[in-house]
Amino acid sequence: MLQEWVILLVSFCYLGILFAIAYYGDKRADSGRSIISNPYIYTLSIAVYCTAWTFYGSVGRAATTGAGFLPIYLGPTLMAALWWFVLRKIIRIAKVHRITSIADFISSRYAKDPLIGGIVTIIAVVGILPYISLQLKAVSRSFNVLHTFQGPSQMLHVADSIWSDTALYVTLAMSVFSILFGTRHIDASERHEGMVAAIAFESVVKLVAFLVAGVFVSYYLFSGPTELIYDAVKSPELSKLMNLEALSGGYSNWFTLTFLSMMAILFLPRQFHILVVENVNEEHVKKACWLFPLYLLAINIFVLPIALAGLLLFPDGSVDPDTFVLAVPLHTNQELVALFVYLGGLSAATGMVIVATIALSTMVCNDLVMPVLLRLRSLQRSDLSSVLLGIRRGSILVILFLGYAFFRLIGESYALVTLGLVSFAAAAQFAPVILIGIYWKGASRRGAIMGLLAGFAVWTYTLLVPSFVKSGWIATSILESGPFGIELLGPYHLFGLNMFDPVTHSVFWSMLANVGFLVGVSLFDRQNAMDRLQATLFVDVFRHGDTDTRLWSGTTTVAELKDLVARFVGVSDAEKAFSEYVAEHNFDVKTNAHADANFVRFAERKLAGAIGAASARVMISSVVKGEEISIEGVMKILDETSQVIEYSHRLEAKSRELENATAELRAANKRLKELDRLKDEFVSTVTHELRTPLTSVRAFSEILRDNPSLALEERQKFLDIIVKESERLTRLINQVLDLAKIESGSAEWTRECVDLNEVIEEASSSLSRLFQENSINLEKMLPTESVFVMADRDRLIQVAINLMSNAVKFCAPGTGQVTIRLSTPPGLARVEVVDNGPGIPDDEQERIFAKFHQLKGMRDEKPSGSGLGLTICHRIIKHHGGHIWVESKPEAGAKFIFELPFAETCTSSEHSS
Amino acid sequence: MPEAKRQNERLVGILIIGVIVLNYPLLSLFSKVKLIFGVPVLYLYIFAVWSIFIGCVALVLEKKTSSPFVTPSPKPEKSE
Repeated sequence: MLQEWVILLVSFCYLGILFAIAYYGDKRADSGRSIISNPYIYTLSIAVYCTAWTFYGSVGRAATTGAGFLPIYLGPTLMAALWWFVLRKIIRIAKVHRITSIADFISSRYAKDPLIGGIVTIIAVVGILPYISLQLKAVSRSFNVLHTFQGPSQMLHVADSIWSDTALYVTLAMSVFSILFGTRHIDASERHEGMVAAIAFESVVKLVAFLVAGVFVSYYLFSGPTELIYDAVKSPELSKLMNLEALSGGYSNWFTLTFLSMMAILFLPRQFHILVVENVNEEHVKKACWLFPLYLLAINIFVLPIALAGLLLFPDGSVDPDTFVLAVPLHTNQELVALFVYLGGLSAATGMVIVATIALSTMVCNDLVMPVLLRLRSLQRSDLSSVLLGIRRGSILVILFLGYAFFRLIGESYALVTLGLVSFAAAAQFAPVILIGIYWKGASRRGAIMGLLAGFAVWTYTLLVPSFVKSGWIATSILESGPFGIELLGPYHLFGLNMFDPVTHSVFWSMLANVGFLVGVSLFDRQNAMDRLQATLFVDVFRHGDTDTRLWSGTTTVAELKDLVARFVGVSDAEKAFSEYVAEHNFDVKTNAHADANFVRFAERKLAGAIGAASARVMISSVVKGEEISIEGVMKILDETSQVIEYSHRLEAKSRELENATAELRAANKRLKELDRLKDEFVSTVTHELRTPLTSVRAFSEILRDNPSLALEERQKFLDIIVKESERLTRLINQVLDLAKIESGSAEWTRECVDLNEVIEEASSSLSRLFQENSINLEKMLPTESVFVMADRDRLIQVAINLMSNAVKFCAPGTGQVTIRLSTPPGLARVEVVDNGPGIPDDEQERIFAKFHQLKGMRDEKPSGSGLGLTICHRIIKHHGGHIWVESKPEAGAKFIFELPFAETCTSSEHSS
Repeated sequence: MPEAKRQNERLVGILIIGVIVLNYPLLSLFSKVKLIFGVPVLYLYIFAVWSIFIGCVALVLEKKTSSPFVTPSPKPEKSE
């Protein structure tokens, strides 16, 4: 058995460590090197969502309803998918308007109305009490279990006197801790970096502690989680937990819990505080969107095994399932494990209590007490910053002791999760005014007030009142027969609706009333200028951003403003902030005793950080003289600004289009120029090529004309040359024409079934003289059967002739050897023309098919070809869907190869052609 | 910003699918006393959907928002 002093010592040491972390975090923040400015710390701090409810309550709920504990974590997982644009928008709005709490946010949205801030605060405080009492209950219970647990049947009865109640001391300790933690000084931005660091640390501790408990139970007490489950399935009682039968309220309850937790993760005051107010950088949301659900997944994996183990070890129901996490290790005398688990539970509870009370005390102070106080003492010029601190400390005490009172009255009769759900349903009342408010400008101030009040009233009547009934304060008859005997008004079956469980029933009616009044009243409401202004600023926050709205057109002096701010944030802080502003904006205080609109706005924001937007407005208007605000004017400016922005967006789009068009035109122009250059080049090359033979024809003709006395032999020789050159000329012109036709696409192609064997025979017979003249041997290797392709017969002959005559050109007379080979690789017909000439260097092989490309170092000094033959071959083969290439090594001959698709259907097409 | 809008649409799509697969009636299909790999089929299903959901959100958000894929402007083919 653990001694009481050991547990106390460990608890206080742990709290001491938290203080150290918070202190270090604040130090770092002051020196500008924040330790919380990264998405991981942000994610861990969000995990303040997992409270003692998760730590102890989940197991309890799993032990009674099976999978019923899961929707509380599936909801936030689903909601996290929306964070990237919903939460980011809220954060942006909060940053722009210096929002310090959820009450501040809602009242800012609806015309900065202090009344709304007050309503929200009251709902938040009342709604959160069950939740706080849950934490107190869990911590005191775990403490008691830890030091009194003797075995299943020997639990010490918890004493009933207030003074011997552990929960009272837990409450006191938590109050002191929260006060020391959260209200050391008034921070203008309401950000507590040290606290966030400590919360992140606590999230690590509780996760590790729970995993340790899970691993211990599954692997130490049993031989693995699956063995544990096999054991449990044997009992018919326990096997019920494997499906959804044990879930009271069925699928509608499942859906309600999912919905509630989706709302709670954003709109519980402490979640709002951590997610929005303490957010350092919007970009951190991106990682949190999937890391936080991962955290939830991890902390839930061992819930079922622990619950089953608890049920197997204590089958008689003598141990409260909510304490299984502790009871199971204690049962096996593993006190160290139990102590660590207790620390995890403690950190889960303290985390929640710290953040919740800090968030709530800010709200109580700024939105409930200050508006009243300012009315009473607004004329007294005293330093209010210490008063502010006092109010906050006091409200922390009050909230915690209200929570304790709730626990004393009601808490004992409820399971942990049931208590928490009451709070969730209260937090969900904020969802409509925020979600609708940031996307619909029409949501009006009066609509918000009515919606909130209606939702809160229904919640109170259908969830809070029945809980008082259970504690015995109100006669139980109200539950069965309704108030004053009117059955239709029974809190659990309002208007006769009795198909749902209490929570679903309450959520249904309260949401219906809330959204109904909000939308209904807004639709028939006439918004005033301030209402419309704030609506526009919220909904279009990404458009307007931090636009200066010049809210203040009256006059005041800088000194007056500074005095005002100093009363709330302290003299030295005000001095510092003002001198920073002056330095940043080059504002000359000496010549400019009067503050301009920007300066007033700066002061208002500074104040808003300390006392909330609504109160700040009241305070500023007390020192700014002259006509106060011309909101109509502001609205007009805003409208104009948004129009201008709209126009400029359109202009930008237009100019982008124009730029694109210009770029396209430029590219087209470049291509045209290139084509033009190619054409010029072509023409000049052609003329050059034509001139060479023409010149020699002319030269020899002139010789013949001028020298009639030439010997016959000589004459014959010259005439031969002339004939040869004109033949070359003709060939060249034919080829140019040919190529031009092919390239322009005007060439006529016939498509028929062609036997390549015949093509090669024909080509070689027309070249036989050429081979003989050069005494070059031609070897044909043709298959016996016909090889058909669909092609233009004459053109193919042209290709064959071109390739073969090329080969002749490059072979040495006498020793020359040309081989033409026809083969049929699958689906193809392949023709190879091989010579044993000098071959083609590597660097030439690519260019050889280009126009007018002639090989250097040919056999004759004077090139005999036109330089177009291979180009034409290339075009023809391409046109037939084949390809042509050359393989060659210097001094080892060249091999020209072309391939054409093999025609399968030749016989049938032969008939048709 | 069409890319950002795309991202938001994807996230809403994932959310809707998540809400559907984690509620009645799809959920009731797995409400059986049956073990797969020693794990009750209901829990196996929920945790699997849970992990996949997280994976999808991570995938959508962590994808490098590179500049939209640029298709090279088609060059006019020379008539051959």
